[in-house]
Amino acid sequence: MADDAKPNPYFKNLNAKVAAMPMIFTTLVVFVGCSLWTVIYSFSASRSLPVNEFVGFAQYDRLFNTSRWNKSVENIAIYGVVSLCFSLVVGFVLAALMDQKIRFENTFRTIYLYPFALSFIVTGLVWQWILNPTLGLQKAVRDMGWESFSFDLISHRDTVIYALLIAGIWQGTGFVMALMLAGLRGVDDDIWKAARVDGIPKWKTYLFVVIPMMRGVFVTTLVIIASGIVRLYDLVVALTKGGPGIASEVPAKYVYDFMFERGNVGQALAASTVMLTTVLIILIPWVYLEYGQKKRV
Amino acid sequence: MTNEPFGPRPRRMLDPGRIILYSVLIVAAIYYLLPLYIMVMTSMKGMPEIRLGNIFSPPVEVTFEPWVKAWDTACTGLYCEGLKVGFWNSMQILIPSVIISIVIASVNGYALSFWRFRGSEVFFTILIFGSFIPYQVMLYPLVIITRELGIFGSLTGIIFIHTIFGMPILTLLFRNYFASLPMELFKAARVDGAGFWGIFLKILVPMSPPIFVVAIILQVTGIWNDFLFGVIFAGTKNFPMTVQLNNIVNSTQGVKEYNVNMAATILTGAVPLLIYFISGKLFVRGIAAGAVKG
Repeated sequence: MADDAKPNPYFKNLNAKVAAMPMIFTTLVVFVGCSLWTVIYSFSASRSLPVNEFVGFAQYDRLFNTSRWNKSVENIAIYGVVSLCFSLVVGFVLAALMDQKIRFENTFRTIYLYPFALSFIVTGLVWQWILNPTLGLQKAVRDMGWESFSFDLISHRDTVIYALLIAGIWQGTGFVMALMLAGLRGVDDDIWKAARVDGIPKWKTYLFVVIPMMRGVFVTTLVIIASGIVRLYDLVVALTKGGPGIASEVPAKYVYDFMFERGNVGQALAASTVMLTTVLIILIPWVYLEYGQKKRV
Repeated sequence: MTNEPFGPRPRRMLDPGRIILYSVLIVAAIYYLLPLYIMVMTSMKGMPEIRLGNIFSPPVEVTFEPWVKAWDTACTGLYCEGLKVGFWNSMQILIPSVIISIVIASVNGYALSFWRFRGSEVFFTILIFGSFIPYQVMLYPLVIITRELGIFGSLTGIIFIHTIFGMPILTLLFRNYFASLPMELFKAARVDGAGFWGIFLKILVPMSPPIFVVAIILQVTGIWNDFLFGVIFAGTKNFPMTVQLNNIVNSTQGVKEYNVNMAATILTGAVPLLIYFISGKLFVRGIAAGAVKG
């Protein structure tokens, strides 16, 4: 080590600093630098190339007057709320069921979690086929004799968002289940013994004792899923391509399309800045909670 | 967390509560398995059978032609060379990306747990919170950076991008693992005169195969399943398998061949699924690593 050299603070522990160079580059240049660049140039009049002509909030003005963007925001809000509630509830219930000392636990877990190993593209294309109105599930049920059965989510403007939800939930719930199960396994056995001694029913113990104890796991899961939802892109491209019309557009797709296909970088940067702001709104309370917890412990 | 529950299993198998419990679990399992079943069945039928029958019925005449076609001759736009092109592209992206990102992140995690320097924790904190920034926010500046470096639209470019975005989770993984090792080990090695690299290569790496396996699982599935970075940074001739799959299935020209599409979809999902089924609990540990912070 450089201990015996002159005590220049910059060369102390030099190897570690060299080893950390990629991290320093990533944090300073990519995470901080690139994000700042995007925020700054979202105030510019950039079209197909970024320009240094700054126009205040003009891009944002246009953005929030574009029906496609507003539809995207509405979609991601619906998708976000429904899939968060659904995957947290179902994920927790499945985990609680799995925690009853069942047989074949590994088999069940493997089945629930495998969709998570797949690409969103794969998930999107499989569900596109299942939800295909002429040859998919609808036809199968009609062939069984239920002639009036209707399950045509993807070709209607009002229902296409549910197609995205079905596919997204299918892929993601297993992950929530795995996290919740890990959380449940961390609950002290004595809690269960105490509850049993006091004659408290199991569901009550879960609701009023275990869930409050698992607050940390819930919050972390929530943050991870929520920041994943903001990024939702591949699934939409594979399942609906944003259609019919603009009915299933999402913000991440708006950014991509305006950046790389429509040559309107300014709009794309404004849209991505809005996405960043949303994530910060989710993230800041979480950081606050985390620090609060650490101080108490 | 890794311990199995011990103690005697409950004996009363016909308890009504248990029956409901298992029924719910089995119904849920069917919902999760159904798409896989439909994929496999559809991929082994001929097109006439698909038009006449329904998606649940098993093939009357099993054919593997859709698989051959998906792999060898399916068309994306003008080219009809099948998914194999995408498969090899994905491999070329995957292998160097996995190796480079893990080497960098493991050394980084090591430096952060045993050789902290002024500001190292600050960088680490930014790194972790940076992983929550939507990729879309950083895309355009990264296009400029890679273009300036002359690696935009090339294999090097996409490997560079995967290394950057793999760093937060991998560093977290290695840092937490190394931090859980006894400090005495490190001190003893220092007393014996081992330096930064010596301790890492001779003591820590040989102790850590499981965490490297977790990292490999995490990166292989993550990089294989990537679509966004591949479509932007890899360049048309290096498009990974996911991008090519989407181009094949969602191409607007020609008659839709659902059997070929499903075969192609299974082929693309095969690599991560294989990893998943082989690795079992380690996979769970890998994804939980993102959630359990140190």
